[in-house]
Amino acid sequence: MTFAASDDFRASFFEECDELLEAMQDGFVCMVDGSSDAETIHVVFRAVHSIKGGAGAFGLNDLVGFAHEFETVLDHVRADRLPSTDEILLLFQQCGDYLTDLVAAARENGSADRARSEALLKRLDELSRTSRGPSADASRAAPDAEDFQPLALDLGDLDLPQDPPPSGWLISVKTDPELFTSGNEPLILFRALSRFGETKVLARTDDVPLLSACDPTLCNITWQIELHTETAEDVVLDAFDFVLDCAEITITPLRGSPEIGLTPLIAEPLSNPAMAEDEVAHVIEANQARSISAPVDKPVSLPPPATSQTIRVDFERVDKLINLVGELVIKEAMLAQAVEAIDLPRANDVLQELDGLKQLAGEIQEGVMAIRAQPIKPLFQRMARTIRDAGTLTGKTVRLVMKGESAEIDKTVLERLVDPLNHMVRNSVDHGLEAPELRVTAGKAAEGSITLSAAHRSGRVIIEITDDGAGIDRNRVRQLAEEKGMISPDVAMTDAEIDALLFMPGFSSANEVSELSGRGVGLDVVRSEITALGGRLSVSSEKGQGTTFSISLPLTLAVLEGMVVEVAGQTMVVPITSIRETLHASAAELHTIGADIRVLSVRDTLMPVADLGAMFGFRDEQMDLEDRIFLLIETDTEKSCALIVDALQDQRQVVIKSLETNYCQIDGISAATILGDGRIALIVDPEAIASGIAVPNPVAMPISAPTEGVAHVAI
Amino acid sequence: MSQSDAPLADVSQEVVAFRVAGQDFCFDIMSVREIRGWTRTTVLPHAQSYVKGVINLRGSVVPVVDLSDRLGLGQTEPGARHVIIITVIDGQTIGLLADMVSDILSVGVEALHPVPDMVSEEVKAFISGVLLIEDRMIRRLDLSSVVPRNGTLAA
Amino acid sequence: MSLNVLAIDDSKTMRNLLGAALGRAGFTVDFAEDGRQGLDRFDQSDPDVVITDINMPNLDGFGFIEGARKLARDRIVPILVLTTESAPELRARARSAGATGWIVKPFDDQKLVWAIERVTGVGGAT
Repeated sequence: MTFAASDDFRASFFEECDELLEAMQDGFVCMVDGSSDAETIHVVFRAVHSIKGGAGAFGLNDLVGFAHEFETVLDHVRADRLPSTDEILLLFQQCGDYLTDLVAAARENGSADRARSEALLKRLDELSRTSRGPSADASRAAPDAEDFQPLALDLGDLDLPQDPPPSGWLISVKTDPELFTSGNEPLILFRALSRFGETKVLARTDDVPLLSACDPTLCNITWQIELHTETAEDVVLDAFDFVLDCAEITITPLRGSPEIGLTPLIAEPLSNPAMAEDEVAHVIEANQARSISAPVDKPVSLPPPATSQTIRVDFERVDKLINLVGELVIKEAMLAQAVEAIDLPRANDVLQELDGLKQLAGEIQEGVMAIRAQPIKPLFQRMARTIRDAGTLTGKTVRLVMKGESAEIDKTVLERLVDPLNHMVRNSVDHGLEAPELRVTAGKAAEGSITLSAAHRSGRVIIEITDDGAGIDRNRVRQLAEEKGMISPDVAMTDAEIDALLFMPGFSSANEVSELSGRGVGLDVVRSEITALGGRLSVSSEKGQGTTFSISLPLTLAVLEGMVVEVAGQTMVVPITSIRETLHASAAELHTIGADIRVLSVRDTLMPVADLGAMFGFRDEQMDLEDRIFLLIETDTEKSCALIVDALQDQRQVVIKSLETNYCQIDGISAATILGDGRIALIVDPEAIASGIAVPNPVAMPISAPTEGVAHVAI
Repeated sequence: MSQSDAPLADVSQEVVAFRVAGQDFCFDIMSVREIRGWTRTTVLPHAQSYVKGVINLRGSVVPVVDLSDRLGLGQTEPGARHVIIITVIDGQTIGLLADMVSDILSVGVEALHPVPDMVSEEVKAFISGVLLIEDRMIRRLDLSSVVPRNGTLAA
Repeated sequence: MSLNVLAIDDSKTMRNLLGAALGRAGFTVDFAEDGRQGLDRFDQSDPDVVITDINMPNLDGFGFIEGARKLARDRIVPILVLTTESAPELRARARSAGATGWIVKPFDDQKLVWAIERVTGVGGAT
């Protein structure tokens, strides 16, 4: 490839591939669920075709080869030479998956899985053979591979080695009218021949009739071209490639001196002494009349193309904008503080304008955040594949239903959801759905169903994974937890509490799960991944009906609603979502267990207590708690504790800033933010603190009266 | 090497010279992003004693290292006259607390000398040479040594 | 002489590659993303030569050529069809729609400029 295809183009090609693969997957989904229309197969075909075209430009031959075969069969279906049976659709989806892998491999400069490729190619090939119609063979007979041969610049040495090489070629050209209507122009073509060597062109006007008998649309001139060159015949002939079907071209070797004495004519206007001037004018008029009458045929102007208007922007730029807007919001807050200090009369214009500024800044922030938002659909589509693979492995047929996939969510959140979601859908296929025969026995369709849904609800995104399987076997879950000593046999537990056991670390390992009709593998890991995103994971299940896992996520990782508190002279932020209530120390019922463990008794529940100031080393343990405030914390994973702070300052939205960019992670701190005075405040990580101080096993705790709530502490 | 008649500009570089605990230090001016007056930092839990905390640098969270403490020359009680030299070390933006910035010097290689024995052992670990300019000895700080080898300023 | 080329392809990658190759040859390029947009651009920008893909949404390459040939022109603007297809029947279809010639993908700078030269008489800058 002489194309200096730059890295930029390459990157852009792969970006486009992602879009095309998505369109292809969309098409398959429609074809499978029967919502496809006539255009669907064309869209899929074009997607594969475009990938092939681009891949060719970058010399990605594995990709080109496979896309070509795939496209061939798609074309048969497109042209109704093959029916789109379930079997063929499944093969298409597998080919689509493989194509996706090939694109990914090409992107990483990796190589293809030959065995998988061959298996799929074999089946595509079989389908091609069974397709009706003659063009099946025709298109196979002319594989694109031949087009990848470089131009054959085979100099000299033709089929007559015994003769001296010709000094050039004599080419005669007789045109059909179609040559002109297709936009070809003999003079231009002849001029182009001069790249091979000196040309002399003779226009033969022998066949031109008298003007009165002349059809102006016909060309009655024939040409003879003397081309002095060492270029091979086929290369020269290739120059006539566009007109071979609308002109008679003969080419013979020129040897020695020119056989006909041609003089260069090419730049001179065609002249015909037989044509009188007024007659010429008449011909010109006739021609003009033709072109003037043409507008009648002009089609009614077409509506503008229905392409969505988008621009491509580097995420770096967006992030910079988000940072700047964060700054703007902070500046606005600083300004507000400064103005407050002046103590202006309430009706002052400055205050009103400031209010307007605040609102504007908030809206800009929201708008900028929205740029980072991406539809959840591609994520769901990836799950389609996971489900298919898991189905194949477990011998279950699974139908995927997607709902609300146009909901949008922060790009970073989206990327970090891939792993946990993959895990969960695999889990749903593997352990949620029953084997087909069991389903039939239970009076269900043999084909299981998994529904992925997304919806916006009160500032969060809720993603649900629902199967129509057997539901959680709670007796079995409880039994397992008891066997592992995670709960004591005599603790009464609600269904929800039993379900929550599934998320506990070490609840089950893979080999135990395979015999368990419930779930469990790695769900603790999934939960911690979701929690790290500021999300919550919960499960609900009905025996015999199925199970739903629900993930609730913040729309963005960039802002957080926080309680600004003061701790030992430092200002800190505690996420509002984890604060259940605040309690003044005077109203708190505090107990001391052993030498130094303090617990707070709140409505029959005992909560471990942590003094933030002491925990972060800002001061020694505070024993005198008078005037302090307790924040009662319950985390997304249902851990609870009470945090001691000195004072509450404010409740506000804060922009999350990474500490790790220039520093490192700090235990008990999730991130930093910038407050109205421009100073940095650390954001407390309630989850880490609650885990750090939670008493690991309630059974082991020497508390006189364990209550139902205690079970929460361990989870 | 100093007798070569190559123009000085070819071998000279600009350094920013500053004072820490009464001693002169310098490093390549290309490593300096900006110099700011002292602002109160937000204290970080579980940090090394020489990490004074973090400041807000136009929206970024930037840790500040007390150079004096880091070099074993005693803790600084920072005040309004102290400066924070913002640098980028191995991709991390870090502020270095110093007493004052004294000079920006253009120096030729002939002024650069190996670390003499008179420099204390603690400081030796952090400098890559000294500049002798007029009667001053300016220690050339090896920036990458300021951040501990494991790359973290945490305790 | 600089040519105005209208390049019609629904693939961004191909548009990028065409743009780069034509730019290197010293031509100016106008783009359209499908046949319909192509007709609009063709009508407005009066290109010296058109390069069009075949498989495109909204209006395919054949449709574009037929539409373009119906638009009034004092000359027949050369239209080159860009295609991975080398099947003869596709060329025949393109020809009967009014295509001037074809460029088989993948192409290189040389191949592209040579095709343009044969229908416009203008070679690329060297």
